[in-house]
Order: sequence, then structure tokens, then C-alpha cells
Amino acid sequence: MNNSLFGYKARDTWMNQTTGTAKLVGFLALTTVGMVSYDTRFLVALVILSFILIKISHIQYREYALLLKLVIFIGVLNLIMITVLAPQYGAELYGSKHVLFGSGYWTITQEQLFYELNLLLKYVFSFPLSIVLLFTTNPSEFASGLNKIGVPYKVSYAVALTLRYIPDVQSDYHTISLAQQARGYEISKKASLTKRMKGAVQIILPLVFSSLDRIDTISQAMELRRFGRYNKRTWYQDQKFSGRDFGMIIGTLIIVAIGILLVFQNGGRLWNPFN
Amino acid sequence: MSEQRKKSGLSVRAVVATGIGAAVFFILMKYIAIPTGVPNTNVNVAEGWLALIAGLFGPVVGFLVGIIGHTLTDATYGAPWWSWVLADGVFGLLLGLSKRFLDLQGGDLTAKKLIQFNVWQIVANVVSWVVIAPIGDILIYKQPANKVFLQGIVAAIVNILSVAIIGSILIVAYVKSRPKKSSLRSE
Repeated sequence: MNNSLFGYKARDTWMNQTTGTAKLVGFLALTTVGMVSYDTRFLVALVILSFILIKISHIQYREYALLLKLVIFIGVLNLIMITVLAPQYGAELYGSKHVLFGSGYWTITQEQLFYELNLLLKYVFSFPLSIVLLFTTNPSEFASGLNKIGVPYKVSYAVALTLRYIPDVQSDYHTISLAQQARGYEISKKASLTKRMKGAVQIILPLVFSSLDRIDTISQAMELRRFGRYNKRTWYQDQKFSGRDFGMIIGTLIIVAIGILLVFQNGGRLWNPFN
Repeated sequence: MSEQRKKSGLSVRAVVATGIGAAVFFILMKYIAIPTGVPNTNVNVAEGWLALIAGLFGPVVGFLVGIIGHTLTDATYGAPWWSWVLADGVFGLLLGLSKRFLDLQGGDLTAKKLIQFNVWQIVANVVSWVVIAPIGDILIYKQPANKVFLQGIVAAIVNILSVAIIGSILIVAYVKSRPKKSSLRSE
């Protein structure tokens, strides 16, 4: 259940055998540099790279098609909002105005469309990266990976607990939901808003109390096993770094360096083709 | 011996509360969303849960539950949107500060405390969604100001309502389930 929720499957690929730490470093570094950069060439390259990564991880299109459509839908919704609320923002950013059509408030400039293209690329590029990370990393390896990149082990352990207990809480939720529906509380679209609110509360209350009980039970069990006695901790899912991990980290560093170089070359985060 | 070794960092209970808190946050975000009628804005039941867990366990747990829960939810929808992840963390942190005056474990809740809580949650919501999230969007993602502030204001209003209704119900129900401090008398 845990695996199906996050899509993790043991696949026999290069990506799967890379350690969680290396993938986490790669993911964080690439998403950060992609967030900072507004260089279209660089963003296009990142999009292509991340779809190549998804390809070599042997993740099938149908596994992420729905999510991809959702991401693009949300991205386009945001772009429409920007066009309606700030149609001159692109011209302002790039400091020039090449009018395409329209007049007055609704003047659509090349700069605006170019800015929105950049934004769409930003919405899209990080999606394959997080899919690759989620689909090829064993959830319990996340914790050791987080710990290795400097997150305190107690926080890493909390993340491991979250990933471990999401399926349990999910099944609790389903049981409670079915029981309350059998008693006549409706939360589907058919009911009115106030009825749905009441129905939701009737599900949340038992879920909240069973979860608070769970916190007590688990923390007592961990206390008995002396969790937190030492300042360090070893991980069962820990893996040794090999050549491919170093390769991935060096590759990431090169891409980040290119991104930073472009920022200096462009004299800022924006790449301006209009000059 | 154990007195001499000062425990560093989070207590065991705080670690577990963070883990389970984020798991419940994730499930509530994914499964229970009550639409308000305005597209893409739902009454988020999860924020009410965040209010309770932060009020019970304090600012550090509130911050971590917000960050971990929001990151995981975003990750299963595509990619984390860091400025809003951070805003949710700050929201949990601010709500965690209400632990002091609420004293939920103590088991008596006055109308005054509930009003204090609701005033405080309005402040926390405004700081997170009208200040931190939009400024993060502008600095990190270079988005136009009026668009992100509009989004922030809508999010703040929806979350204020959600915490005022769901959060208050949860807090009242929790305190009712606890034995009162004055329920035992020595004879």
C-alpha cells in the first residue's frame, strides 16, 4: 500500500541502484537552480534532461500521465491568472515592448508571452525529477538519505515515521469513513455544503483521537527502546556510495555550475533575447 | 546518570508527534476537501488538524508537520512549491506558540481561551499566506505581485474559516476528552 501510494517499485535500472542520498542531492540542487534561473535555453535543457531521466528509469508514461496533466492544468490556470491580472508584467521585466495585438490594458506583448513560456517550463521541469525520486527510491531509504545530507536524525526519523504510517492512517480513514457513511453521514457531492461539513467532522473526530492514541503508543515503545539516547544513529537501509553516485553528484554540480555561470553572463536571473 | 546527560534536540514524543502528525495531515489534504464554490479553493480540513497538533506539542512540531506534510502532498501532485511549503511551516510554528496560553492538557477551556486562539490563528494565517507565501513567490519565482497577493488573500480567508470551524471543534472535543485538573479531591 505504501509503495502504491508513492509509486515506488523495485525496478532493475541504473536509477534504482543509485543511493537515495545521491538522488536527493541531485533533486534538491537541480530544482533549486531551475527555480532561480530564468534562462530559457537552460530551462529547456533541464526539461529535456528530466524527461530523459524518467525514460532511463523505465517509468511508463501511463504511470504518471494523470499527474502530468494535472501539473500542466494547474500551470496553465496560473498563466491565465497572470495574463488577466498583470498583462504588462513581461514588458516591465524585460524593459522593452513588442506589441503583438490588443490595445490598452489588454495589450499582449511578445515579452509577456515569453515570460509565461518561461514560467510554464518552470512548472513542468521539476515534475519528472520528483517522479523519478519518488518512483525509484525506497521510502525507508529517504530517511537515511536525509540524515546524510545534514538533516538531524530525529527529524529524518520523523519523516520515516510519516512514510511508514501514511498507509495505516489511510486505512483508518477508510474504515471510519465507511462506518460513518453506514450511519448516514454523507460526504459525497450529492449532499449540501453544511451536510458535508458535518459529515467531514464526524470522520475527523475518530481519526484525530485514534491518531493521538497512536502517538502515545509509539512514543512509549520507542522510549522503551531508548530512542534518542545517542547523538548519532545508523540506518538499516543505508547504502555505500559507489561510482555511479559520485557520477550523479558530479553531473549535478556541473549543471548547477552552468546555471550559475549563465546568471553571471546574463547579468541577472533573466535571459533577455529582446535587446 | 540520566540527569547529567542533557538530552539534545527533540523529545521522543515530539518526534513521534511530528511523524504521525504529518501522516494525518497528508491524508486529510488528499481525501477530505470541501469545495467552497470558488474554483481551486477548498476548505482545508488539514489546517485544522495542524492547529490542534501545534497547540498540543508546540512550535517545533508545528513547523515540522507543516513542512513535511505539505512537501509530501505537493510531491504526489508533481513538485513541491517551496514558497508555500515554507508558509505552511511558519503557520504551524506560529500556531505552536499558542500552546502556552491554551494549556490543552490541563483540561479546562474557557470562552476567553477560544477567542484568544481564534484571534491568534487569524494573525498566523495572515502572516503566512498574505506575507510569506506571496513574497516567496515574488522572490523565488518572480511572479507578478497582484496575482500572488490575490491568491494569498483567498488562501488566508479560506484557512481562517477552516481553522475557526474545524480547529475549534477539534480543540473543544480534545479538551472534553481529558479529565479536568480539579476532578480529583484529596479526602
